[in-house]
Amino acid sequence: MNVSIKISRYQLRDLLRSKVLIIYTAFFFLVTYCLFRFVGDTSKVVVSLMNIILIIIPLISIIFGTTYYYNSREFIVLLLAQPINRSSLFTGMCIGVSLPLIMGFLAGVGIPLVIWGAVTLHDIDTVLMLLFSGALLTFIFVAMAFFISVANEDKLRGLGISLLLWLLLSVVYDGLVMLAVVLFADYPLETPLIVLSILNPIDLARVLILLKFDISALMGYTGAVFQKFFGSSFGMLISLISLTFWAAISFAMGMKFFKNKDF
Amino acid sequence: MIEVKGFSKKYGKLTVLKDVNLRIEEGSITAVVGPNGSGKTTLIKSMLGLALIEEGEIRINNHALNSECSYRRDIGYMPQLSRYPDNLSTRELLDMLKDLRNTREDLDEELIEKLDMVKEMDKPTRNLSGGTRQKVSAIIAFLFSPKLLMLDEPTAALDPVSSSYLKDKIIKENNRGKTIILTSHNMNEIDELSKNIIFLLEGRVFFEGMVDELKKLTGQENLERAVANLMKGSVS
Repeated sequence: MNVSIKISRYQLRDLLRSKVLIIYTAFFFLVTYCLFRFVGDTSKVVVSLMNIILIIIPLISIIFGTTYYYNSREFIVLLLAQPINRSSLFTGMCIGVSLPLIMGFLAGVGIPLVIWGAVTLHDIDTVLMLLFSGALLTFIFVAMAFFISVANEDKLRGLGISLLLWLLLSVVYDGLVMLAVVLFADYPLETPLIVLSILNPIDLARVLILLKFDISALMGYTGAVFQKFFGSSFGMLISLISLTFWAAISFAMGMKFFKNKDF
Repeated sequence: MIEVKGFSKKYGKLTVLKDVNLRIEEGSITAVVGPNGSGKTTLIKSMLGLALIEEGEIRINNHALNSECSYRRDIGYMPQLSRYPDNLSTRELLDMLKDLRNTREDLDEELIEKLDMVKEMDKPTRNLSGGTRQKVSAIIAFLFSPKLLMLDEPTAALDPVSSSYLKDKIIKENNRGKTIILTSHNMNEIDELSKNIIFLLEGRVFFEGMVDELKKLTGQENLERAVANLMKGSVS
């Protein structure tokens, strides 16, 4: 564990200087600032932010994670030639890549929020839930990126699979839900939709934030189903547990492949 | 001492090493040679635990390699290709490795000066040229005064001055009792540095012994010609 922390500390130092991370932070800063300037109302800002975050965080995390892994291959070999075991290195790398991304996100959204946002006591829970979900999503997608890159020797192939996965979870998925709702309108869809939602971390994060928010009109189909089926707090618990599972499984799969890989 | 017994390595369907048996004595310099793709790098990577051992056995100082990593404390490795975290300087990189090994004393930093790297130490590594990166890997390999050095084409990208300093360093460390394994395509360099030679061909050990023996066997004074003769002999 000690070794993992050391590795992630140096990675953090490396990545906090990277241009991509600075742009990433600036992007969130600008978006949050503009939303506060032009929308004003904190709850509306949070909803708009959520829609942006749910697209951008998975995309950047998975692409950044994948490129980072492939660019670090030679360095990984060098580190593995040191008296370090593979699981410490993999853990350290996962933390070391997700942590700077999470910090960039939190700083980018958090600073304008503190300066320009009129955060009432009621909103603060929702805002914290938004920040927490964003952080968890970052880790999940970095872990997925590592799993994909460890399993694929070819960089282009790995990047392709990462992009495809993102597209599937963030764009194709919504279409599929819509299609299912239209095509099977006469059937009870609750159970299949809950299963579908649990299979998608992005949707889980959306359900988690919206249930916290408690505005049915914005809930979307799966969110409404969650609320109807489990009620708000139990629904949140279920989506939180499922998200944690996603994080654990992506990390464990990557670790398994990393331990059995020929470098 | 390194012992390799019945070691085979496959990547998927491709067999890279077939039934390799070797013995490398402590305090020796051994060159691993062979055409491209003959398995030199794979052999070194297997000894480092980078390529997993599925068939056969490798023992380093009577310690069979498994997933245990502490034996690498005594090994310095210089890879063929190197790339470091883009935004860290060489100084930070060395700090990182010292931190990871928990070693701050008895460091051998002679090469930093010898390879003319003092003024490059604070530049981000992404700005370093290929040759300079190789100098960094050489510094890393020797940094912790390891008992065993594995150098994969150590001089391939170096300028003649740095290359000769590195060779001096290799000889000096060997005189201090360090075991050295290196690969190279430059036969004159091998002739200059090492007494033992392992010749790999299509994943098998084709010749293992003294350089002088090989010369006598093929009736050639020059190692390059001796090895060439060996290869031709293997073809016909």
